[in-house]
Amino acid sequence: MPLLEIQNLHATVGDKEILKGINLVIKPGQVHAIMGPNGSGKSTLSYILAGRDGYDVTKGEVLFDGKDLLSMPADERACAGLFLGFQYPVEIPGVATMTFLKTALNAVRAYRGDDPLDAMQFLNYVRERAMVLNVTDDMLRRALNVGFSGGEKKRNEILQMAVLEPRLAVLDETDSGLDIDALKIVAEGVNAMRTPERGMLVITHYQRLLNYIEPDHVHVLAQGRILQSGGKELALELEKNGYGDITGAEAA
Amino acid sequence: MAATSETVEQVQTLADDGYKHGFVTDIEMETAPKGLSEDTVRFISAKKNEPEWLLEWRLTAYRHWLTMPEPTWSKVSFPPIDYQDSYYFAAPKSDKDKPKSLDEIDPKLLETYEKLGIPLLEQEMLAGVAVDAVFDSVSVATTYKKKLEEVGVIFGSISDAIQTHPELIRKYLGSVVPYGDNKHAALNSAVFTDGSFVYIPKGVRCPMELSTYFRINAENTGQFERTLIIADEGSYVSYLEGCTAPQRDENQLHAAVVELVTLDDAEIKYSTVQNWYPGDEEGRGGIYNFVTKRGLCQGRNSKIAWTQVETGSAITWKYPSCILKGDNSIGEFYSVAITNNMQQADTGTKMIHIGKNTRSTIVSKGISAGRADQSYRGLVKILAGAEGARNHTQCDSLLIGDQCGAHTVPYIECANPTASVEHEATTAKINDDQLFYCQQRGLNEEEAVSLIVNGFCKDVMKTLPMEFAVEAQKLIGISLEGSVG
Ligand SMILES: Nc1ncnc2c1ncn2[C@@H]1O[C@H](COP(=O)(O)OP(=O)(O)O)[C@@H](O)[C@H]1O
Ligand SMILES: [Mg+2]
Repeated sequence: MPLLEIQNLHATVGDKEILKGINLVIKPGQVHAIMGPNGSGKSTLSYILAGRDGYDVTKGEVLFDGKDLLSMPADERACAGLFLGFQYPVEIPGVATMTFLKTALNAVRAYRGDDPLDAMQFLNYVRERAMVLNVTDDMLRRALNVGFSGGEKKRNEILQMAVLEPRLAVLDETDSGLDIDALKIVAEGVNAMRTPERGMLVITHYQRLLNYIEPDHVHVLAQGRILQSGGKELALELEKNGYGDITGAEAA
Repeated sequence: MAATSETVEQVQTLADDGYKHGFVTDIEMETAPKGLSEDTVRFISAKKNEPEWLLEWRLTAYRHWLTMPEPTWSKVSFPPIDYQDSYYFAAPKSDKDKPKSLDEIDPKLLETYEKLGIPLLEQEMLAGVAVDAVFDSVSVATTYKKKLEEVGVIFGSISDAIQTHPELIRKYLGSVVPYGDNKHAALNSAVFTDGSFVYIPKGVRCPMELSTYFRINAENTGQFERTLIIADEGSYVSYLEGCTAPQRDENQLHAAVVELVTLDDAEIKYSTVQNWYPGDEEGRGGIYNFVTKRGLCQGRNSKIAWTQVETGSAITWKYPSCILKGDNSIGEFYSVAITNNMQQADTGTKMIHIGKNTRSTIVSKGISAGRADQSYRGLVKILAGAEGARNHTQCDSLLIGDQCGAHTVPYIECANPTASVEHEATTAKINDDQLFYCQQRGLNEEEAVSLIVNGFCKDVMKTLPMEFAVEAQKLIGISLEGSVG
């Protein structure tokens, strides 16, 4: 059974139709990349999947693990194993990153019927994952994303993914604003999470990230639809020729 | 207003009557008859076997009270209080009148205890169940009492202290909050039934946090609680008042008075968690909490810090204040006030800088939800002699939903040009991006609100003693249940 199945998805934000019939199937173990020009609806798609208020589905269906995803509230989707790495991670003043991670993990564990980890177990659990991503204890103590650099915020997103161990990770422009070293660290963190059970949807504007996270499939999202799909070589083509060819071809 | 003056007149006649005919109340009775008169005051004083001077003080307060108007400047509204429709003295309930077990207690209350993680025995105590088993805390309390005696700390009920340490009471009672301070304080002075008394001797650092809850005055100290804490030179004490568990009381009006005095180099840290019954969603019932709390930094280099977490009561009217008289003395006020549904709160502080180089810090975090309304009202007053005084005020309001209100009313009076006074204020709505982010990580809406609001209150919460902090964090979440969505 596919992990994620998007069928003819139409969605509006306010009165504006942003998604105009998206079809996409992700099987366990696969990494799909979505590329596309700015404003093409990539983040909108990620928000629709995650269940954000204000993004309305007008047509179509999304199945997650065979279940109707769109009828589930946002927190239940997260507990069921859908993770969104935010393009713009949110700051929460006064809440230590560690506290946030612990609250989130225990919420997800409770949903799965697992006992909460005690303080010691949790500390070890997080440190192990934080080390890989070069997230320091100091960062863990600081308020969530408050005063974090762009790179720190993105590493923190990946750390959250590593802690929550989702079934499907949607990573929205996790590469934007990263220098090459930070990009490598993030990519390593993501690659370490690739398993035969887990699926990933990597959203990016640039091909660069896909040098480090090799996708099984690449899709081009523009004008609210997936205009082209292919293997990882498609990303290289786009890099060379830009999006104009594809979007222009469609218009013709 | 008409009703109030009528009441006052009525009281006046009653009082005059009582005076003519002497004692009309039988001292042997367990409960004073309904209503307030000089007789009620005499009855309370006699019941407590008080010295003559204290009776006279109470009576003076009472007579003054009759002449005082209700305070009207705060932004709270409620129908006029009928003072003749209450009881002012009742002996503690005997076990046979108490609920026999938790089965007889309102399940909603028990549910909250459960959420706060309060152990069963404590639940029984809080709910006023008659317990005959000797429970741990009693024996623990005895051990603590011994420890306190060893270092000379006096900690007990103010009624006891009136008997055992009359000289201290006479010297300090009413010295910080005079009976004529405001109408509620006058009433308290006239009819207070009990409360706590603490004296920390010179140079003693109190070896543990003192808590009313710990004193196990399971018997109600009542609606007119009186607390007096004196920290002698170079001493330190941290005092905790209240508890996170919702407390019920049949009496709607609560008018407590707390007086703190620090001598040279002494420090008092006073923390409150207030969670009296707030009334239902429609605002029915609920406690009127009209409290006068004031600390006098009498000595040089002394310090008084107030921390309060106010989540309960239908109406909160409360301004814990510091009079910074000693040179270099420090006053601090850290406050979290949460109002939900129909609750009203008008709370803040006064920092009165008299001595040189006195410093004060005010951090106020107000959270309003439902149809609730709250105001921060603060006064920073720098007198002419307060050379080099400094104040910093940070006042933040968070709104949940669009039917609630938050107001900030800072007053600054500065009569010394070398002083520095800073005031920062912010008001924001709870942020949808933050809520969604939390939900995307698996937190439900209530957990998300609780986490975000706790973060918002962090600077205040971190000043709470550890043993209070964890429960207070949970309490914040519980107080805001049903406020979103
Ligand atoms: N909250 C919003 N309100 C109004 N328009 C929005 C909102 N979010 C996105 N849009 C619009 O939807 C379109 C797609 O945006 P987005 O999904 O962010 O694109 P991408 O992530 O591909 O850059 C854009 O035209 C953008 O202006
Ligand atoms: Mg985007």
